[in-house]
Amino acid sequence: MADHAVAVEHVAHQFDDAEQQKLAAELGMWIFLATEVMFFGGMILAYTAYRYLNPTAFAYGSRQLNVVIGGINTGVLLLSSFTVAVSVHAARHGQRRLLVAALVATIVLGLVFLGFKAVEWRHHYHEGLVPGVRFTYQGPDAAGVALFYWLYFALTGVHAVHLTIGIGVMAVIATLGVRGRFSPAYYNPVEIAGLYWHFVDVVWIFLLPLLYLIGRHAP
Amino acid sequence: MTAAPIIAASGAAEDYLSVDYGVRSWLFTRDHKRIGLLYLMSITGAFFLGGFFALGVRLELLTPAGDLMRAETYNKFFTMHGIIMVFFFLIPSIPAVLGNFLLPLMIGARDVAFPRLNLASWYIYMLGAAFLSYTVVSGGVDTGWTFYTPFSTLYSTTNVMSAALGIFIVGFSSILTGLNFIVTTHRMRAPGLTWFRLPLFVWAIYATSLIQVLATPVLAITLTLVALERTLHVGIFDPTLGGDPVLFQHMFWFYSHPAVYIMILPGMGVVSELITTFARKRAFGYTYIALSSVAIAVLGFLVWGHHLFVAGQSMYASMVFSLLSYLVAVPSGVKVFNWTATLHKGSIEFRTPMLYALGFIGLFTIGGLTGLFLAALGLDIHVHDTYFVVAHFHYIMVGGMVMAYLGGIHNWWPKISGRMYPENWGRVSAVIIFLGFNLTFFPQFVLGYLGMPRRYWSYPDEFQVLNVLSTAGASILGLGYLLPMSYLLWSLRYGEPAPANPWDATGLEWQTPSPPPRENFERTPVVTRPPYDYPGPEAQRG
Repeated sequence: MADHAVAVEHVAHQFDDAEQQKLAAELGMWIFLATEVMFFGGMILAYTAYRYLNPTAFAYGSRQLNVVIGGINTGVLLLSSFTVAVSVHAARHGQRRLLVAALVATIVLGLVFLGFKAVEWRHHYHEGLVPGVRFTYQGPDAAGVALFYWLYFALTGVHAVHLTIGIGVMAVIATLGVRGRFSPAYYNPVEIAGLYWHFVDVVWIFLLPLLYLIGRHAP
Repeated sequence: MTAAPIIAASGAAEDYLSVDYGVRSWLFTRDHKRIGLLYLMSITGAFFLGGFFALGVRLELLTPAGDLMRAETYNKFFTMHGIIMVFFFLIPSIPAVLGNFLLPLMIGARDVAFPRLNLASWYIYMLGAAFLSYTVVSGGVDTGWTFYTPFSTLYSTTNVMSAALGIFIVGFSSILTGLNFIVTTHRMRAPGLTWFRLPLFVWAIYATSLIQVLATPVLAITLTLVALERTLHVGIFDPTLGGDPVLFQHMFWFYSHPAVYIMILPGMGVVSELITTFARKRAFGYTYIALSSVAIAVLGFLVWGHHLFVAGQSMYASMVFSLLSYLVAVPSGVKVFNWTATLHKGSIEFRTPMLYALGFIGLFTIGGLTGLFLAALGLDIHVHDTYFVVAHFHYIMVGGMVMAYLGGIHNWWPKISGRMYPENWGRVSAVIIFLGFNLTFFPQFVLGYLGMPRRYWSYPDEFQVLNVLSTAGASILGLGYLLPMSYLLWSLRYGEPAPANPWDATGLEWQTPSPPPRENFERTPVVTRPPYDYPGPEAQRG
């Protein structure tokens, strides 16, 4: 097998073969994602408790968010998950140019998402809806609305940090791809980075209804 | 355990210690054995720093009046004692030191799955420790290790931020160690080493790692919220801004109760090894001991509410949490009974590790049974926040975990250092620590039951006799801890060279030279027999 030599040179000394290394790396990433679920879970617990205590304030806060931008951003992230899947496919079949193109597309889509998010945050700042920094809302349930916005910033902020890390990881993977480090025998890092990217995407799929959509049907 | 022991003639392969003596070879090592030793040095430092603060607490409590230090200083002393001992000593103690050293050896692997990540986790620990040291130098923290809101977010004027940041950072070291161990156990086992041939220590470390990985992130986000609340005053835990301080308690204990099992399960794993080794018997009910570790890990996630019995939690929730807390006693009881049954008709050798293990069983049993008092709704209201609670968790964490840790260090010291420790001094240390421990903490059960609250720097005169006993015990305990520290260091130079398998034990780690070569084994071992395959008593007599 021609790929065998390439595979062997990438096997670290503690592993017996490439297969064991690949399975170990995958399991490691899944466990890491489990820790991430628990990390976001803490904030979602706080969200659940306070939404239960302040239903009308949360609905009001949710209605002030721009569901169009939220929707576009969801589409952008879903598209980026598609390009990530393409990159893994390309790596598996040794298509280097497609691999790099798909990774660059992923990075661009990630940046587009962050751009829209920044526009939204700037808007909230001008509206005076940033608790602890600039919060001028004086209406009914002001405390509840502040809690909603505080959780909104915590959740979307931590998500944006994860996405930024994802963009950095994809940039590294793309650079390695340009240098021809991956082959059908060894493309594990592409797959592992892809798992992380999909996770960040899935988190957003949960945040969209929790933050943007709950106010739509409330009185 | 192996069909063909692969003991190399001593000196055949260079051992992991003499591969290279340079400082760089230690600071950039990826060898799990050396990383275990880096942790050993760091947490020993943490242990004696935490011990210093405990000494301050016990000296203040020698007399009823608050005379040695001001109340504010006392608050800082017990807080720093708790933070250092819990996050910087107990949680990394057995997993990061013995787990790192032994896990790959016990499963016949060359290293953990991710050696670079393993080294990174030590550096993360040291970064956390740097923030903690800064906290100590900049005046300490007075919130208690529990950081209860709104005191920690609104009122405390001490350096809560750097302490919280230090714990946040050290948490990631714990997460990465746990992740590494889970993957290592799944993917790196030697041929023939099935799950039910694993040593019980590996089962315990595996269960511990599950908790580390799933609970620690919740602590991280909780402390992040506390830090944000403190800087931005956004109200998430502040009742005047619509927040709920009890939510903090739920989130904190969702981590910190499972963390109690991070601090005892590895000890149970060590004791399972020590008992089988020095009773020269197969573990009685191996499967039950193995699975009870997993059961404790799972149940441990469902009992956090028993810390909130007097925090305004609904009575219904309290009843459920009380019941679930009782259930933890079942797998714990399974372990104690199985250890006892393993001892039954064993050919017991009272060597130092065995003395520590027997001490563990007694002290853990007392700690566990008094835990049931605290899980009872009515009784908890009487003893909540008293010295009864303090005595209870010290019986588990010091009487249990520290005894097991020291027993484990003695048991594997020949493997780690290649030297034998002085046996008689070892026995003396085990007895002194056992006696000193009981003298320190048994009076605290009585004090708590009589109503002395925890975390106060003065107390009514009638409690003085018991407090003097406790402080006297603490001084004996302190000397007891200095003893192994001294003779183990002494043995590095003057101890007898250790054979590969000084205890005639069956584990894979004993089938390779002491100290092991860099790659652990000359050839990857093949396992063909069940664990603890000691010859029966008849064979031994014959």
